[in-house]
Amino acid sequence: MAYSEKVLDHYENPRNVGAFGKEDEDVGTGMVGAPACGDVMKLQIKVGKDGIIEDAKFKTYGCGSAIASSSLVTEWVKGKSLDQALEIKNTAIAEELALPPVKIHCSILAEDAIKAAVEDYKKKHNG
Amino acid sequence: MLDLKQDYFALFGLPVSFAIDMTRLEQAYLDIQARVHPDRFAHMPDTDKRLSMQWATHANEAFRTLKTPLARGQYLLEMQGVDPAFETNTAMSPDFLMEQMEWREALGEAREAADEDTLEELAQRLRASSRDLIARLAVALDEHKDLAVAADTVRRLKFLEKLQHEINDALTALES
Repeated sequence: MAYSEKVLDHYENPRNVGAFGKEDEDVGTGMVGAPACGDVMKLQIKVGKDGIIEDAKFKTYGCGSAIASSSLVTEWVKGKSLDQALEIKNTAIAEELALPPVKIHCSILAEDAIKAAVEDYKKKHNG
Repeated sequence: MLDLKQDYFALFGLPVSFAIDMTRLEQAYLDIQARVHPDRFAHMPDTDKRLSMQWATHANEAFRTLKTPLARGQYLLEMQGVDPAFETNTAMSPDFLMEQMEWREALGEAREAADEDTLEELAQRLRASSRDLIARLAVALDEHKDLAVAADTVRRLKFLEKLQHEINDALTALES
């Protein structure tokens, strides 16, 4: 399948690959997986005292589209509040990367990873 | 000759259950194939030929579905109106996903190092894990009738199936 240039760019030069300490107070971790393709995605956010996401890291095992989707959202969430991060929709990811219909589930995975990371952070802080 | 609206279990005269008598399934499949095989319709009018083709395809599909545990489990869920949502259900136990990540990491390293022993060992661990999940699926579907657990188990099996393919591909690549 032909990947779009944006997918190839993120795939060849993925942004923000890596990990933060899972137990750190200022870190939220989201782990999600897509059974259809066996892809696994871990996305972490580091949140400042002002509630703004300062940094994000990811690690993804999967196809080019899954790696590009997670790389892209780590760029997008930086500088956003938690609520703003939750507003990121898979359709926007798919559009930005020009994903074909069979790869839409990769963008769903990335959206769900952000949601899971924010939820994990909130759980650490509210109880 | 075949009722295409029948479910796959009824088609082969088997009880609707995850536990399956493989010998009976195979025998019933062979019987049907013998009856509907397109060769037997070679001298018949085109409409009959087309029908026999349709029946044979249907029987093949039914056999393939009931033969493998993952496909059989998925089919049983769908019969009860549950879609395992392989594309859209991404929430799984973090421990399971962490383990998947570790296995993929190990697979990547072993592939790069052309380490056949490690690949074989991974394949073995994967088979053991699949066996456990299949046992769990049988209990969830046949005994507890717990469709949520069954759907989660089918999703996990789907993950393992994909990984199994990748390990096999890596092993094949090493052998050639």
